[in-house]
Formats: sequence, C-alpha cells, structure tokens
Amino acid sequence: MSVLEDPISFEHYSTDKFFDEIIDANGRPRPDAAPLVEVINQLPGGDLLRRQAAIERSLHRMGITFTVYGDSSGTEKIMPFDIVPRIIGSMLWKHIEAGLKQRIKALNLFLDDIYHDQQILNDNIVPRDLIENATTFLKPCIGLKPPRGVWCHVTGTDLIRDADGAVFVLEDNLRVPSGVSYVLQNRAVMKRNFPQIFAASKVRPINDYPAKLYQMLRWLAPDHVENPTVAVLTPGMYNSAYYEHSFLAHQMGVELVEGRDLMVDDGFVYMRTTDGPQRVDVIYRRVDDTFIDPAVFRGDSVLGVKGLMDVYRRGNVALANAPGTGVADDKVVYAYVPDMIRYYMNEEAIIPNVKTYICQRDDDRKYVLEHIGELVVKAANESGGYGMLIGPHSTVEQQAEFADKIKKDPRNFIAQPTLSLSRMPTVVDGHLEGRHVDLRPYILHGKDIWILPGGLTRVALKKGSLVVNSSQGGGSKDTWVVAEPGQSVVDVHDQSDGVS
Amino acid sequence: MLSRVAESIYWMARYIERAENTARFVEVTLNLVLDQPMGVDEPWRPLINATGDDDIFNKSYKIADAESVMTFMAFDREYSNSITRGLHSARENARSIRESISSEAFEQINTLYHFVNTAGRSGQGIDSPTDFFDSIRRHCHLLTGILDATMSHDIGWHFANMGRLIERADKTSRILDVKYFTLLPTVESVGTAIDDLQWSSLLFSISGFEAYRRQHHMILTDKVVDFFLLHKQFPRSVRFCVDNAASSLQAISGGAAEGRHSTAARQLEALRIRLDSTDATSILRYGLHQFVDSVQGELNDVGNSLTEAYFLSPVA
Repeated sequence: MSVLEDPISFEHYSTDKFFDEIIDANGRPRPDAAPLVEVINQLPGGDLLRRQAAIERSLHRMGITFTVYGDSSGTEKIMPFDIVPRIIGSMLWKHIEAGLKQRIKALNLFLDDIYHDQQILNDNIVPRDLIENATTFLKPCIGLKPPRGVWCHVTGTDLIRDADGAVFVLEDNLRVPSGVSYVLQNRAVMKRNFPQIFAASKVRPINDYPAKLYQMLRWLAPDHVENPTVAVLTPGMYNSAYYEHSFLAHQMGVELVEGRDLMVDDGFVYMRTTDGPQRVDVIYRRVDDTFIDPAVFRGDSVLGVKGLMDVYRRGNVALANAPGTGVADDKVVYAYVPDMIRYYMNEEAIIPNVKTYICQRDDDRKYVLEHIGELVVKAANESGGYGMLIGPHSTVEQQAEFADKIKKDPRNFIAQPTLSLSRMPTVVDGHLEGRHVDLRPYILHGKDIWILPGGLTRVALKKGSLVVNSSQGGGSKDTWVVAEPGQSVVDVHDQSDGVS
Repeated sequence: MLSRVAESIYWMARYIERAENTARFVEVTLNLVLDQPMGVDEPWRPLINATGDDDIFNKSYKIADAESVMTFMAFDREYSNSITRGLHSARENARSIRESISSEAFEQINTLYHFVNTAGRSGQGIDSPTDFFDSIRRHCHLLTGILDATMSHDIGWHFANMGRLIERADKTSRILDVKYFTLLPTVESVGTAIDDLQWSSLLFSISGFEAYRRQHHMILTDKVVDFFLLHKQFPRSVRFCVDNAASSLQAISGGAAEGRHSTAARQLEALRIRLDSTDATSILRYGLHQFVDSVQGELNDVGNSLTEAYFLSPVA
C-alpha cells in the first residue's frame, strides 16, 4: 500500500501537551468536534488527501494565487489550505462576540474622543505624547465628523488561545483588514469538495457577509442621496490583497475603482465612465489612509484622489473606514484598550489583552532588555509578521540587534510573553500533526455591530512555528461556528458562497 | 461602465481572439505540411513572413522548421505576439476587471493561460502539436460560449464583442492576404489537386470549409475571396464581423451618439457600405492586397476612435 492510500485518522494523533482546538488532553474529541473526527476516521484510504488535492485545484483554477518571486516561467502558487476545519463551540463564540462588540465600541469612542475633545488624554489615561507622536495620528482628521458617527466600519481583530484555552486579543486591525475573501472561498471549496462533513455538524453559514457589508456601506450614504452609488477603492492589481478587493466588489455588485478612475469636481466625487462622469456616494477604501488624498496626506500618492478629503468633510461622500483609524492599530496604543473600555464604558474587558510590556516605560524596558530571549518583541506599526523578534526562536545576534533598536526608539516597541498558542490537527506528509493557529474574526459596524460567525483561522505550517502570516509560511483553514437551536445552518446545496 | 474597465474588457477579448488566430495560422500550416509532397523548401517560412516579425524570429532561430516556428509562435516569452504572451496580456486585463466579467469567464481564461504555460514547460505542445493547437481553439470557443451564456449582454459584453470582432476581421483578412500571395504564382494550375488542397486548408483555417462546400461545392478563387471578405452569414468573414461590431457599437452608444462618440460608428458604417457595394471580381481587379490593406487600415481607425471616445475619459 502506498503512503497516499493510508487512511488518515486521529488514532495516532497526539496533542503533545498543547491546548488543542478539537482534541482534549485525554486524546478524546471535544464534544462539538466528535462528529467531524468520526467522519474523518471512517474515510477510506487516500480519500482525505484526494479531497485536499481537489480543493487545491479549485483554488488554482479560481486564480487565488500569487506569483512565485523570481520565477519567470509563470509558476503560481495558491495560499496553502488545510482541509481539517477548526470548530468553535457556540458558548465560546458567544463569549468572543460579546468581547469583540465591547472592544469595537470602546475603540470607536476612543477615536472620536482623540480627534475631538481628547478627554482620555486630558485625564491621563492614555499618555498624550503617545498619541500626538504616533505617525498614524492624522492631524487633518482632527474635528472630523464621520457619517453616522462611526469611525471603524470593518475591523479584523486577531485572537489567540493560550495553553489553557483562554482567549486573548493579540492585535487590532482597523485600517484595511484583509482576509475575509479567504474565509468565504475556503467555505465554498469545502462545501463543494467535502459536502458530507457538513451534515455531521451544525455549522453556521457565512455567505451573507457581502450582503451585510453592502447594507452597511449603503447606510453610510449622505442623506440627500436616494439610490447611492457604492464603490470599492483598490490600489490596483499588483496589491497583494487585490483578489479580495475584486471579489468583494463582484459579490456586492459594485464598481471596483482605482484612484485614476475617480475625480473631484465642485464638491463631489465622480468616476470616469463610458457615459461621462458618474457621482460616487460611498467608497469602501482599501487604500491606506495616508494615500487617499495627495492634497492632504502624502503628496506623492498616485493611489488616491486629489480633493477627496474636502468632499468627505462636506459630507458629500462617505468613506469606510474613516481616515485616521490607523492610530488604534498602533501596538503601543493596543496596550491601553482595556483602560479605554474601563474609561468609556465602565466595564472590564471581556476578552483580555496579552500581557504587554511598553518599552517607553522605564520598568518595562528594563524587564524587556533583561528577558529578550523569552519575549516576543514587536514594532508598533509593522504588520505581516515583519519587524518582530520571537525570543526563544532567535539568535543572540538578532536579540542584540533588537535590544539596540529598543534603546534607540523605545516608543516604537512593545514586548509580550511567548505564548503557547493553541493547535489544530493539520495534514502534514500524509498524516495529522498539531500546528499552531490564531483567529481573525471580522466585525462590521453599521447601524448595529455584526460579527461574521468564525473568521479566518491561520495556521503556522512549519513545525513548532508561531508565525501564521501567509507571507511567512502560514496557511488557512475553514472555520466553523456551531449553531445553536434556532440558528440557521450551512446548506451544502446553496451555491451562493461566492464562487461558481 | 468605467472607462478603464471598458478598455480592459475590449483588449481582453482582442488578445484572446489573437491567440486563437495564431493557433489557427499554425494549424493550417501543420495540415499543409502533412499534405505536401516532399522536398518543398522551408514550408514553415511563409508563416513567419505572415507575422511580419521575420527580424525577431531570425535573431533567435537559425532555421524555420516545425519546432522553431511553433516554439516562436506559441511559447516564446521574448516575442510579444506569441500565444503565451497574448494570453498573459488577456489574463492581466481580465484580472484587472474580474469583478466585471463572470467568475466562469475568468476561470476559463485562467485555465487556458495555465494550459498553454504547462504545455510550453513540459514540451507537450511541440510533441503533439495537432492536439495542442486544437485544444487552444476549443478553449477559446469555450470562453466565447461562457461570455455569451453567463454575462449580461450589457455594455461590457458589447465591448468584448467589439474587441473580438475587430480583431477577427483583421486576422481573417490577413490569412487570406498571405495565402493568396503565396498561391498567386500557381494561378494557372487552378483545378489541380494541390491547389485544391491549399485553398481547402485556407478555408479550414477559418473553420469555413464545410460552410463553403455546402454553398459552392467547387473551390474557385473568386468564391473563396467572396467567402472570406463579403459573406453575410459566416461568423469569421470580414463582412460579418463588421456588421456585428456595428450592432454592438450601436448598443453601447444607444444609437444616439453625438460628437466624438459618433466617429467610430461613422467609420464602421462607411466600411460596411464599401463591403456591401463591391464583389470579389472587382476586388481582384483592384488588387486583393491593396483592398485588404485598406480594410485593415479602416479597422485600425475604428479602434482608435473607440479609444478616443470611450477609453480616454475627460479630465476634471
């Protein structure tokens, strides 16, 4: 029997003393995962791998690929996908939902405050110099009144679970969080290539995301507009998230525009069409805020539209997310979110932060420099797993290099303990092995706050690795939230998941 | 529709049609070579001459044999008119407007691009060329069907249709021009077996052999010229392409085009009248090459007017 034909089962799977999302410490499936584990254990030899291969082919055909750097022969790779879905029980999901709603409310109040009265700075809850020196704090946004009072309409918050399974917030992404298209496509290919596993578990559907996004965007339109034109603004096809921009525009049935397709005339924004200029009322911008208007922010930007901010201030166009939200992405500001929740809402954070050392504080910096080999050090404004040191996996030289950077620019660094991230069974070389995962749920803040059940589960495919970013060897998984009685469940015959 | 999107859809369709026609060019030569008596000098050379890119070819290849010509025309990444490069451009255009075409259409373009790329890397395209070029044609037909059956026949679809038809009219006229030129010296041997074979393969290259036979039975020079240029119903004839491009343009402009929007319509109408008011005998008397040349020039003008009217939009 060839390796490919060996049945893949949980028989020899070991959690290796890590917290596993679907197998408990005694090696038994957690209750919500039991039907799934059963189905996988019963599959004939080779079946799981065949399905995994079929899914990979689907993704390739759909062109959800990236070009391999330095390869001129046109080879393209898909984002790695693992077929074993992550399962989130309904109780845990309720906890996560409540925590995220609370957090997004507080962040929204914070943004409105710092761009207006700055009470939280006056009361010394958040240090004034931290905000005023943040490159992401945009002075032109002071006094802005975003339509309907919402600053961050689309948020992706990174969550992790520790060795005991407790949930923590690792990072907030309030500028232009990406990845939701992978969530929808992962589900679509799973439904198409592995329909029978959905029958065993009651999984909440996610295919209404584009509709919810569209409703939210429409709600933002200026009052005088009866039938608003919504557009998605992309930096263009060479942006790494271009596929997602195109996908969302397609799913919502709205135009995907680039900066060069737009122009400002007499206080309104127009797109250039074959019938001449057509007014645009709502822009879901996937261009970073400092690039959206060269007249106000970066003058060298060719991705934005000159005069856009002026139209925005006049209330003649809505932008989602509002410009200026990036300041809440700052990893030092992150450390103060539990204080914001206390300050604005008089509540304790439902989902705590990971313990964070702020290098600007003398005590914290001293501790960080002494324990750099045990900590994860992060730059305040980098993403994608860059600008980061994972102490236990680093060399002495790398540690010295980071220690140097911290001493030179303490404001720009935080450190956190190296957490033992939870793991998920993942297909590796024809059998199942545990790999570390995180979770990025997507939150839409319109009239109400709505959270897509599940989100993007990213998995670090390298053995022992804690870095889940796709640019650094990470893959993704379908993520299931188990339905409670009365909630709708996935219909495998419903083809509206966004792929043909 | 966004001007940029209209332009990309138009060029996406043109590049696909161009790739299909290149595959047809090669296929017809493959058939000819198989049918030809031994000892004909460099039977692949006329194909290179037809591209007008002899210089580029001669720089990279020593002789024009089956392998070098097929490699050049299908897989050469340095050659901007190769099938691979054309499909790459088609796919880049499609990628930049994926939200404006159906998912099925994008996937088909993507599949076709990867098919050609893989065949180039594995050498399979050259090993079984008949299958390979045949498959390209099939893939292109499939795409045309998908666009037709899964896209609203809205402005975007009409821009794609115009791109396809203008490119096709141009290529059909080129196929005739080139072959007519090489067949000219044998005009005295009309009616002999070899001549019939040559003209038949010419008809095959526009998938017109059966349609032609049903109508005319005998292969006659003027009838073939008429079939290529003036046939009202055959979908690859120049006349058919011009007629249908005009209809699509009318659908785009709503028929009420004024100013700069009306130029392309006027030019297409003039071309239509010209094709309507002539016949094969007059064309041959006037000079086929001169006639085809001026048709190509007019098609170019139409393309430029489209760019002017729809793709370059006003600056605020």
